[in-house]
Amino acid sequence: MNLSLLPPEFLIERDQSKCIACQVCVRQCANDAHVYDEEDDKVYSDNSKCCGCHRCVTLCPTDALIVRRNPSEYKENANWTKNVISNIFKQAETGGVLLTGMGNDKPHPIYYDHLLLNASQVTNPSIDPLREPMELITYLGRKPDKLEVEIDGGEFRLETKLAPQLELKVPILFSAMSYGSISYNACLALARSAETLGIYYNTGEGGLHRSLYKYGKNTIVQVASGRFGVHADYLDVSAAIEIKIGQGAKPGIGGHLPGEKVSEWISETRMIPLGTDALSPAPHHDIYSIEDLRQLIYALKEATDYTKPVAVKIAAVHNVAAIASGIVRAGADIVAIDGLRGGTGAAPTAIRDNVGIPIELATAAVDSRLRKEGIRNQASLVVGGGHRSSSDIIKAIALGADAVYIATAALIAMGCHMCQKCYTGKCNWGIATQDPYLVKRLNPDIATRRLTNLIRGWTLEMKEMLGGMGINSIESLRGNRLHLRAVGLAKSDMKILGVRPAGVGM
Amino acid sequence: MKKAYPRIVSGCGIVGIMNEKGNRMNGDLVIRAMRVMDERSNGLGAGFAGYGIYPKYRDYYAFHLMFDDEKSEEQTTQHLDRNFYLQKDEAIPTKPSPQIGNAPILRRYFVEIKSDMLSGDGTTADDFVVRNVMEINSKIKGAFVMSSGKNMGVFKSVGFPGDIAEFFRIRDYDAYTWIGHGRFPTNTPGWWGGAHPFTILDYTVVHNGEISSYGINKRYLEGFGYKCTLMTDTEVMAYLFDLLLRKHNVPIEIACLALAAPFWSHIERMPEKKRKLLKAIRMVYGSALCNGPFAIILGHKDGMIGLNDRIKLRPQIAARDKDMVYLASEECAIREICPDPERIWSPKAGCPVIARLHF
Repeated sequence: MNLSLLPPEFLIERDQSKCIACQVCVRQCANDAHVYDEEDDKVYSDNSKCCGCHRCVTLCPTDALIVRRNPSEYKENANWTKNVISNIFKQAETGGVLLTGMGNDKPHPIYYDHLLLNASQVTNPSIDPLREPMELITYLGRKPDKLEVEIDGGEFRLETKLAPQLELKVPILFSAMSYGSISYNACLALARSAETLGIYYNTGEGGLHRSLYKYGKNTIVQVASGRFGVHADYLDVSAAIEIKIGQGAKPGIGGHLPGEKVSEWISETRMIPLGTDALSPAPHHDIYSIEDLRQLIYALKEATDYTKPVAVKIAAVHNVAAIASGIVRAGADIVAIDGLRGGTGAAPTAIRDNVGIPIELATAAVDSRLRKEGIRNQASLVVGGGHRSSSDIIKAIALGADAVYIATAALIAMGCHMCQKCYTGKCNWGIATQDPYLVKRLNPDIATRRLTNLIRGWTLEMKEMLGGMGINSIESLRGNRLHLRAVGLAKSDMKILGVRPAGVGM
Repeated sequence: MKKAYPRIVSGCGIVGIMNEKGNRMNGDLVIRAMRVMDERSNGLGAGFAGYGIYPKYRDYYAFHLMFDDEKSEEQTTQHLDRNFYLQKDEAIPTKPSPQIGNAPILRRYFVEIKSDMLSGDGTTADDFVVRNVMEINSKIKGAFVMSSGKNMGVFKSVGFPGDIAEFFRIRDYDAYTWIGHGRFPTNTPGWWGGAHPFTILDYTVVHNGEISSYGINKRYLEGFGYKCTLMTDTEVMAYLFDLLLRKHNVPIEIACLALAAPFWSHIERMPEKKRKLLKAIRMVYGSALCNGPFAIILGHKDGMIGLNDRIKLRPQIAARDKDMVYLASEECAIREICPDPERIWSPKAGCPVIARLHF
């Protein structure tokens, strides 16, 4: 084999004075970056194999390890950076498509960081969530334009029959991650914490293992282009159904779960033969237009007797507002939009880093468009793709979202260290892997607790922010862009976001 | 003077007085009630609304207009003339005083919709009037419709309530419902149209507060074709009531439950039928929920409503005595005109006081 020209991405520094050669690192690294030499009774490291996941650093009992970026530098060049050169080396050596995992890591503008929230002073008292009720309950689903209420013998009688709704205790959902892209233990932790929190998780396109059916009332099941694991029981057991058209990390392309990951349980769940590749086509082969989408929406509604909301998920692309309007008119109860920074288990780097638009702009554009057309109430808007904190979520809601899908943050809560190597199946944290030896590292009880803790913390913070704005119910913030101000944004951006510059009053 | 300016937040003193039998009372009553609350105003705007003041023209829409100049007056008169039969058209009687400066041209028109204007497209007479009000306010520079209901009118300007009452000769009118408002805005409006009450058709709103949900309330209303040109909370609340009561035809109690909805924790404890109704109201009218501090009085041709925000961040006192119903920011305003009411109480947060005419 020819010499690889790729320099190692990370350096593993081992303090031999601290190392006791216990070999924890050797056993923990699925990439074999650490090797024990019996003769020397020492552990050595191979930098080229390190993915920077910090599993060894975290578990080293004597703190002997440091992993840091390789400081070795090429001749300075703003155009041909180290990253660019490395990518070319990789492709020159393999002739393949560059793959990656997780969301876009390029420094595209993060609009949330340019939006600031309001707070009350004097003329309008702020509300203390520790003393007053503070409501985050959110209902997702189609709402009528108005209610018909009759007076019947001195009592009010509701004449309008409401479409099915999802009740969320907090306007957050765990976004689609398939069993296959993540481990069973990770799925279990998501399901359990969704149940505890009174929210929902999403199966992604990997089907639903029967052992997880008991969490059905907190489960959104996905119907994607590969139709993996879609059958009557799967639809029946769910709280809602989501048709996946696209994903923020890879708009316009399909998915690929390599055969090595298709274990017995996954084969059973996805309803495909053991060890075969699971390929999701780029488009649904029965959806070539908005009319076709309507047929699938109604086929699913018919199949479930109109008892569950049907969502349609798309990637945020240039024409997202018009497409969302079409989706609402096609009968979707929820429109889910996944932005440029949305994560993935595997995607071509070129696609992930260059296709789609930021979720902030998409959220604002879609909300404005649906309002302009008078159909905003006909579907709820759930947005995802790079929401990192409670304040990102609050800002998303102020821009016009009903709720926010989070996935990357949930993975980090479970232990993910964002090494972006999900596609290798060698996740040392037991999350994005099917290797039984690695999967058991993720304790579902601990992962459930960590997820629940995260959302609980965010909930408290969201209540504080709402109260500060003098609002005690989340619906008064939804689409209320008057509580946002822009710093350092172009006029054109502010126009799309519908926000005023900081310094302008109410 | 221009029509739209940045949104003004203000504190206020408000009063509502109604006779359930429809007996008319002299304007002196509302003036006295307002005067004891002068502390709550800062001279930057006040106004009055009276119901039943034009018995002779009770079947005509009474347009109260203010104009910056003769040009806007002429344009508006022409606009009205195209769409309505003008039964009577006169200056609003005033008594100029040094306290009230910079008065615009003030006129009132008693009009009837031209018979061929409503043919065909299902537009109701009220819709037609609302559309005309919106058109005049948004399209004719320098013209502003103060009120447009039948047998009622709004009188407002920049000044203290007592001075404004003298200027508009409020004691020359008798009404079965009187509503008064004195403001304490935190910036200078300088424009009469920005004073309160705010009215659309026969719905009049006076408001003390600052709603933090304004941004979404406004966007929600725009979806139904309302144009919020004044940038005031009061305007938004008047339109919300107009939307719910007139366009959606929901009972008044339901409209109040939408604007000041009970908490979810409270709804959970309700009997099933009521719970279902309340859940539906909150789901469907979430964008009409008014958040933040407010106390309002809504007047309409059939009665009067007092409503507070869900955690009562602004004061409102109610009282009744025989056929009379009183609402005010402070008890002293009520005691001034009715020293010993049969019942006087502080309504609970979010619980509306609903008074209806019986005659």
